[in-house]
Parts: sequence; structure tokens; C-alpha cells
Amino acid sequence: MNFKHKFVFLFPGLFVLIGILIFPIIFTIRLSLSGWNSYTPEMNFIGITNYIRLFTDDPRFWESFFRLSFLSVTTVILQYVIGFALALMVWREIKFKRFFRVIFLIPMMTTPVIMTVIWRTFFHESLGPVNDLLGNIGVKPILWLSDPVIAKFTVIIVEVWQWTPFMFLLLLAGLLSLPKEPFLAAAIDGASPFRKFVYVTFPLMAPISIGAIIIRLIEASKIMDTVFVLTSGGPGTATETSSFYIYIKGLREFQMGYAATLSFTYLVIMIISLTIIAKVLTKLMIKE
Amino acid sequence: MEKLYTFLKYTFITLWTVFIVAPFLWAVSTSFKDFQSVNSKVTYIPWLDFEPTLEGWRVLVKSPARGGVDIVEPYFNSIFVTCTASLVSIVLGTLAAYALSRFTFKAGFVRNNDITFFFISQRIMPPIVLSIPFFIFLSTIGLLDSLLGLVVVYIVLLMPIAVWIMVDFFNRVPKELDETALIDGCNPYQAFYKVVLPNSIPGLIVAGMFCIIFGWIDFFFAFILTFTEVQLLPVKVVALNSSITPWWSLSASALISVAPLIIVAFVVERYLSKGNLSGALK
Repeated sequence: MNFKHKFVFLFPGLFVLIGILIFPIIFTIRLSLSGWNSYTPEMNFIGITNYIRLFTDDPRFWESFFRLSFLSVTTVILQYVIGFALALMVWREIKFKRFFRVIFLIPMMTTPVIMTVIWRTFFHESLGPVNDLLGNIGVKPILWLSDPVIAKFTVIIVEVWQWTPFMFLLLLAGLLSLPKEPFLAAAIDGASPFRKFVYVTFPLMAPISIGAIIIRLIEASKIMDTVFVLTSGGPGTATETSSFYIYIKGLREFQMGYAATLSFTYLVIMIISLTIIAKVLTKLMIKE
Repeated sequence: MEKLYTFLKYTFITLWTVFIVAPFLWAVSTSFKDFQSVNSKVTYIPWLDFEPTLEGWRVLVKSPARGGVDIVEPYFNSIFVTCTASLVSIVLGTLAAYALSRFTFKAGFVRNNDITFFFISQRIMPPIVLSIPFFIFLSTIGLLDSLLGLVVVYIVLLMPIAVWIMVDFFNRVPKELDETALIDGCNPYQAFYKVVLPNSIPGLIVAGMFCIIFGWIDFFFAFILTFTEVQLLPVKVVALNSSITPWWSLSASALISVAPLIIVAFVVERYLSKGNLSGALK
């Protein structure tokens, strides 16, 4: 095929994306080498001072990063297990199949911040329904939003509610596209449902699962909306994630230079760790 | 054994359905409450637990000057930004995806997969990383606090999704289709436009829906990059939260904001059950 045509297809999209992104990326790198803050709002050059500060004198960033890893890995594992279970349940004929499929999809269509506003009233410690209903069966009020440990689980609950549908959708679409022959063969061999899952369904679903998990990990690593509305990173810094910490440094304390350093370091770490996770998952889930 | 499994299955499905529906029921109930029924004790069922009022819904249509919440303008802003950015992303993303699926690109060590990865990897960037430079970028070119500025930013958010879905989709459309068209005398553009595109409608619909979902639900860029001139829906609703928190109008506006996309759930399900989605999402 003629050589030039392929560029006509590719370049508009590629160059629009690069065109929009080139400035922010170069700017972030340059900004990270400056001491731009509210006292000296200028693009001076202070070398790698910010990076030295980050790696030697900022435990709060690393804590927020580990917290983020904990939150996103936990939510994605829960979403995967629940999403897979739900997808398996409505894969074959059951009563009201289509009704349940729609219900299971709905949360991902709703705006996270807006639903989180509702969740906040839902988990309100004295006026919310959760503590009230638990109170009726004699459970003491739980500090959903103001206890450092429980607040993390509240964030996880909301995230699982919001994004399990996405996992469910990807996995169900995968299940529906599987070939029929392996299942027929297993049925002829008289395999139990459990063995059928372990030896047929799961291996066939492995590539789709990896794709879905990676996509969800990428999205989950950006947890921000939920935390922002639900707890504002609190109590203290108990639910503060990397994004939220960068937000505080950059747009609340106006340490723009340092925030850019955090952003750039964070991006590099994320790209490296997601690549490693993708490789490890592929090794673990696809055998032979 | 079989019975136990069925029992567990329906129990799980029921519990999960209750979990999904609970916040919506709570929001519907709250939207009909007044100050008394929110703040005295927790109430659930209208007429039985509390006397319902339409106050929460009425503020949404009142003018701001008379103590109302103007939600109409943010609503149209959100629709405009989401649709425009989705449309641009779908057009550019589909073209790029077609190129990546059909032709081979080589530039140094860069291959097709690397270009595809470049597109998709833009999703890794958390909004906060981009929002500071975008803030300065948009204020330099005078698009801060404007609809057009948001559209530009949302294209970055949405084009990766369009490329991700469409590359996979085109990989499943048999190559013979375009080859036959070329032999029949079409040029590559006609082959794409007249033969490949009409066969890709399910993929385009799925990609379109995903763009609309992810555009509609974004909050952070709208929150950082707009102030007073332009307000998007999520920002408006969250702003309600920070004031004295009238839970009733908060719930009403929240319900109104999430309503349109719930229709999308029905469309997605239809495509899922017809089996059209399987090819488009993998």
C-alpha cells in the first residue's frame, strides 16, 4: 500500500496529543528544577535541590505513596474477585439476567465526586443511615470518617462500589467471547463446576484478566476524587494519597517547583512499577 | 451441593444489588426531606418517618438571586464539553487506531506497539500532575476558565480510551475487507470510509460511550481550570457540599447529575447481551 497514506491516518491524532502534552511535560521537568513558591514566584534554577529534599527529607510523600499502593492494590484485588464472581453468575442463564447486568453496571456511570458526596451523608457518624441501622442491632457508632484506620476502609468501600462494575464489564465481555469447544469437552469429561473453572475458564480468561487488572490499577492509582470529598486526606494524613499530597504542596501551599518534582518522580515510579506488575502478572497467570 | 451453590449465588447477587442501590435510595429519600427531618434523627420512609417536601428539588429551578442553585448552565456546559471532546477524540483516535492496526510503522526503535502504548499511557498521568502546567499553559493562551480550554484538556483524557478500544476492534475486523475494497478500485480513504467504518459501528459506539462516561465523570480538571465564568456540573454539586450542607438540595442535584448516564448502562447491557461488545472490549 502507498507509503504516505498511513501517516495521514496516524498523524492528526498523534500530533494533537503530542501538541497538547509537550508543553506540560517539558514545563513540569523545568519547573521541578526551580524553587517556584509563593515567596519567589519565578522560574529560577536551583539544580536538583528539590530532588535531594524529596529523597532525604520528605517521609510524608513516601508514606502517601505506600498508602496509595495499599489502597489501590486492595481495591483492585477486591474488584477483581467480586467482579469475576458477578460476571460468572450472570454469564449463563439466570432469572432476570439482563436486569442484574444493568444494575451491576450502574455505579461506573455515576460521577465519583457526586456519589461520594452522597456517601459522605451515608456514612455520617450521627445523622447517617449506616450507624443508625447498626445502632438498632446494638452496634456502637462506628467512626467511619474520623478514625484513621476505619477511614481507609471507608475509602475502599466507596472505591469498590464505584469501580467493580468496570472490572465486571471487562470480564463479562471476555467471558461472552470465549470459544464454546473447551467447555463442551469439559462437560463430556464430566468435570465438576469447580474443576471446570480452574482448568478451563480461568486459564482462558487469563489474558483478559491481566488486561483488566492493569487498566484498573492505572485508574486506581489516580484515586483523588473520592479522597478529596470523603475525607480530604484526613483524619490527619490517614487517607492522603500521592495525588492529594501533590495537590496540597502545589495548589494549597503554592510550592510549585517542589510539587513538579513530586509529580515527575511519581510518574517515573508509576511507569516503572506498572511495567513490572504487568510482567509479573503475565508470568504468574499464563503458565507454559 | 447444587442447591447450596444456587442458594449462595442468589444470596450474593441480592446482597450486592442492595449495596449498589442503597446510596441511590438514601439520596432519593433525602431529597424530599427538610431541615427538621435531616437533623433531628435519621429518617427513611416518606410519610411514615417524615413529611416529604419538594424544597430540595425546588431550589434547582429557582434563580440564584432568590436563593436557588443554578444547575441548568453547568448542565449544558458539561454536556457541551463532554460531547465535543468525545467527538474530537473519537475521530482522531479512530483514524490513528486504524493506522496502528493496518500499517507498520518504524522509526528507530519505535514500532506500532510503542506508539499504541504511548497513546494509552497518557491515562497513567494523574490529573494533578497535568493540572498545574495546564493551568499556566491555558492562562498563557488565554483559555483559562473557558469551555474551549476544557475541551482541549479533555481530549488528552479521552483520546487514549478511543485508541485503546478501536485498535483492538480493528484488529478483529478482517483485513480481507479493506483489501477487497482496494482491489475493487477504492483508494485507501474510500476503503476506510465506505467499507471499514460501516463495519465498525459497534466498536465506535462502545468507544463513544466510554469517552462520554470518562468525560462526564471528570472532576479535577474542571475544578482546577475553571472559576466563575464556566462551571461544570460536578464542580457545582461539590461546591454545594462545602456550604452549610443542605442535604436535600444536595441529594436532588446529585440525582439529577447522575441520571443521564444511567441510560448508558442500558445501552452497554444491550450491546453486551447481543455479543457485540465482546469484540470491542478485550
